[in-house]
Amino acid sequence: MSRRLREWSLAFAMLAPSVVVLVAFVLYPLVRAIWLGRQRCDALANCYRTNGWQQYIDVAQSREFQHALWVTVKFALLTVPAGVALGLGLAVLADRQLRGFRFFRTVFSSTVATSVAVASLMWLFLLQPSRGVLANIDWLNSLFPVLKSPGLLNDPGTALTSVAVSSIWANLGFTFIVVTAGLQSIPRELQESAYVDGAGPWRRFTNVTVPMLSPTLVFVAVVLTSRAFQAYGEIDLLTNGGPVPQDSTTTITYLIYGSSSIAKSDAGLQSSVAVLLFVVLLIVSGLQLRGLGKRVHYGS
Amino acid sequence: MVRLDSITKIFDGVTAVDDVSLEVADHDFMILLGPSGCGKSTLLRIVAGLEMPTSGDVIIGDTRVNDIEPKRRDVAMVFQSYALYPHKTVRANIEFPLKVRKVDKATRAAEAEHAAEALGLTEYLGRKPGQLSGGQRQRVALARAIVRRPAVFCMDEPLSNLDAKLRSETRAELVALHQRLDSTFLYVTHDQVEAMTMGSHVAVMSRGRLEQVGSPSEVYAKPASVFVAQFIGTPPMNILPAGLVEPGDVLVGVRPEHLGVDDASPVRGRVTLVEHLGHETLVHLRVGETPVVVRTQADAAAPVVGAEVGLDVPAMHRHRFDAVSGRRIDT
Repeated sequence: MSRRLREWSLAFAMLAPSVVVLVAFVLYPLVRAIWLGRQRCDALANCYRTNGWQQYIDVAQSREFQHALWVTVKFALLTVPAGVALGLGLAVLADRQLRGFRFFRTVFSSTVATSVAVASLMWLFLLQPSRGVLANIDWLNSLFPVLKSPGLLNDPGTALTSVAVSSIWANLGFTFIVVTAGLQSIPRELQESAYVDGAGPWRRFTNVTVPMLSPTLVFVAVVLTSRAFQAYGEIDLLTNGGPVPQDSTTTITYLIYGSSSIAKSDAGLQSSVAVLLFVVLLIVSGLQLRGLGKRVHYGS
Repeated sequence: MVRLDSITKIFDGVTAVDDVSLEVADHDFMILLGPSGCGKSTLLRIVAGLEMPTSGDVIIGDTRVNDIEPKRRDVAMVFQSYALYPHKTVRANIEFPLKVRKVDKATRAAEAEHAAEALGLTEYLGRKPGQLSGGQRQRVALARAIVRRPAVFCMDEPLSNLDAKLRSETRAELVALHQRLDSTFLYVTHDQVEAMTMGSHVAVMSRGRLEQVGSPSEVYAKPASVFVAQFIGTPPMNILPAGLVEPGDVLVGVRPEHLGVDDASPVRGRVTLVEHLGHETLVHLRVGETPVVVRTQADAAAPVVGAEVGLDVPAMHRHRFDAVSGRRIDT
């Protein structure tokens, strides 16, 4: 066997485990989903008709998909900027090493260890109109009657915002930890230099902290956007995609999996929505990286 | 004028600066010299306002500035790492202190260009710090400091990241800059060559305490303690144990260049190493357990390794130190 052939065989053998995993768990499901998205199936997953690529166009043009896309975009707009700002603000506060900062660091990062199910049940316990904590605080209830009737999760005007708040809370630990790590990598001399030069806290924040954190903030924004577009657990547990008939919280992911979704029993339709979600996410992430990337400073 | 009155700084029970009093006259180039961890950078940071002293007063001009923010102290700081803003251009970096002070755009631009010109940075104004060499970054940090025209410049080992050649060139540039600006410089270093060549005065520190303040030649010629004697000078001053050269509890210090080989001398040592450096020769000996270095002319006959030789310790070049306190005894 020639040396070249031996090297190729060795390279292939070393690559094989990752290639097998990649093909089996990423590539094959993706191709299968794209293929399935061209078909119509029944509740028993028997695919009986193919509509070809036209099915994607039909789904993209459907009122249900467009409504879900709009709800998803609104959900992302509600959760991402607020999540980044809140995580950044808390991380900056905790980074000041004030008295008790270790305790607050633990508290702020604790949500990272809380599952979506637990977080959602907690918020359900807070927001539920009859037995919920908030609905039973009299003065709060008199200020905001919607707490009791119909309840924040049952009012079409407040349901999405309420789910968004629970989602922001659940993601806060992740944002806080990543931003805190980013803050600790900023050289102390940069802040000190600005301080000696006369910059106050706000100017130091805008001229040193934020630019130096920009790669971290873009990363967090992209991850949170991706999570917002894929949010499912909190919607299923808190609102079931409702309140009906407006389907105020039916996001794209809920349209795919939701127990009350019209696509729930058709694997073909579900796949076509999933592939379209993939395309939308790809475009959004690309736009974010291109748009924000211009303002990002990487390294020295 | 900068005056430090009995400054003490304690971090979590560890005393970094211990009762230091120091006066730096206007237009002085004061070097704070000492080994790592001696408290020199902490003292500088206290002057700049980046640390609060645990006790003692910092006076700049006629004002006690302990409770005054750095920006109102009229002090600029140059950091060891230069602390340039990597996302800003050289121009924006230099302009930053003026922008913070709300100086108008045209004045800012003119001042930045003036500072850049003074430090040979004009062609780099549009670049980011990442596109500059270490020496150029260091000059940008200096330009950012001088653009404000502060009364006091605090510099924390600004040359330590440069290579030997650039360091030597920049030393001369800094001295010229000091003369041109006519400001007060407080300069921290652990490098005695920087201290001896740049400073008009040197304050030697050890373990948080001030050992000696004086001109470089004073500190070299009349070290106030064994620590100063051995910290300044390469190779350091030889310290001969009490009773070897003179009677009593007196340590005798002699610079290597003042020692000679004299076979008639009762002070005997064995040669352990001979280093021919081209322009001079260093003869390393052991006198009992004490290592001793003798510096001789390159063309002088050097003893061979292993030979026992006598040491000539001229009385006029002896420095005497108390064997207990290590302080100088003036006779």
